[in-house]
Amino acid sequence: MAKRIRVLLAKLGLDSHTIGVTVIAKALRDAGMEVIYSGLKQTPEMVVRTAIQEDVDVVGLSSLSAAHMSHFSRVLELLRAEGASDKLVLGGGVIPERDAEKLRAMGVAAVFTMGATTTEIIEFIERWWTQREAQ
Amino acid sequence: MSERARDAAARLRAGDTAALARAIRWLEDGDALGARVLREVAGAPERAWRIGVTGPAGAGKSTLVDALITELRRRGQRVGVLAVDPSSPFSGGALLGDRLRMQRHTLDPGVFIRSMATRGRMGGLASATHGAAILVDAAGFDVVLIETVGVGQDELDVAELAHTTVVVSVPGLGDEVQALKAGLFEVADVHALNKADLPGADSAERNLRALLDLETQRREGEPRWAPPLVRTVAARGDGVPALLDACDAHRVHLAASGEGERRAATRAEQLFYALLREQAPQRLLARATDLDRTIAALRAGEIDAFAAAEAVLAGGGLPAL
Repeated sequence: MAKRIRVLLAKLGLDSHTIGVTVIAKALRDAGMEVIYSGLKQTPEMVVRTAIQEDVDVVGLSSLSAAHMSHFSRVLELLRAEGASDKLVLGGGVIPERDAEKLRAMGVAAVFTMGATTTEIIEFIERWWTQREAQ
Repeated sequence: MSERARDAAARLRAGDTAALARAIRWLEDGDALGARVLREVAGAPERAWRIGVTGPAGAGKSTLVDALITELRRRGQRVGVLAVDPSSPFSGGALLGDRLRMQRHTLDPGVFIRSMATRGRMGGLASATHGAAILVDAAGFDVVLIETVGVGQDELDVAELAHTTVVVSVPGLGDEVQALKAGLFEVADVHALNKADLPGADSAERNLRALLDLETQRREGEPRWAPPLVRTVAARGDGVPALLDACDAHRVHLAASGEGERRAATRAEQLFYALLREQAPQRLLARATDLDRTIAALRAGEIDAFAAAEAVLAGGGLPAL
């Protein structure tokens, strides 16, 4: 049995746009990953509980509202508190570059905004996975 | 490695859900640590009641599981859920969306929800689901709800794993009832007619009851259990307490009739064969000597596949050319 990359995709905050996350979910599945979609309006607490119960490798957070800074930092803080900071945290959505900069400084490994392709996301995850497995 | 497994088992027994989730991952990935953790916890008597929830796609299994969690929590039970979805046969990837319907339980510490992909296994469950159920039990959950993929007629593995199998059907699928006759009907300990507020629910119930009468006759001579039919509207929680009562009655029946012990013996035997099926190929290949040379000779046409396979099965390497 081969190992499979497990990814949690979560929508933080109050926005209810699902098309972007659905496209990404399908692309990751087609790249051979197991994708857990936990739905809309997730709180950082819910995201972290889910990430731990599902033992995912990657947490993809999407935010289309301006609340991303506080939500994302809370997720990172909770992951650290739970001893689960080995997970790759990615951000996506409508995020201005100056915010993206801050998020990366906080520990979000990459921020994919409008215009990013699914191929870029997949390659980023696969590169990280290969490096981690090699360790 | 055994120390890591012992440590993981100890943490898991103490109710550490991160340790539980990781051990399940090991089982899924075929990491030897998974089997070791299982061996650490094996031997402890089964405590948790395993309820399987199966039925065709679109019957509302996830919503029903969500409602069952709510009712079980109301009754003070701690609940573990294993929700299985299919892996793509093409990419090997999977979209696991069952827990979408169970979101409201995410922050409840008395609930553990784990999505599992089938990873090529047929039968409606993942290969690791049986082991995962044992681990969830060891972690102290009172009930394990096992939700299968949307099944047809021969994805019936859940009946081997669960103590009580709930088959979910819905009105309006017409021939669905016909499909239920084969296979699924025979493994049902309890029937849930879900979405019972839809038009056609009454006629669906009549059809099901007619089939149930036949089934009850067929089972004559066996310990008597007439699978009850419960109407539910899972989205509203209607009928769910009655459904759980029916599962409970089945549990009492299993204990009182001796059927539970008979099933446990069958389950142990089936698990034994399943483990062998899963692990034997890898172990055989690992043990084979000169495998590379055998394959090269095979590809070059120097030996045939039958001779090569026979040699490996017999525990040796390259057959004499």
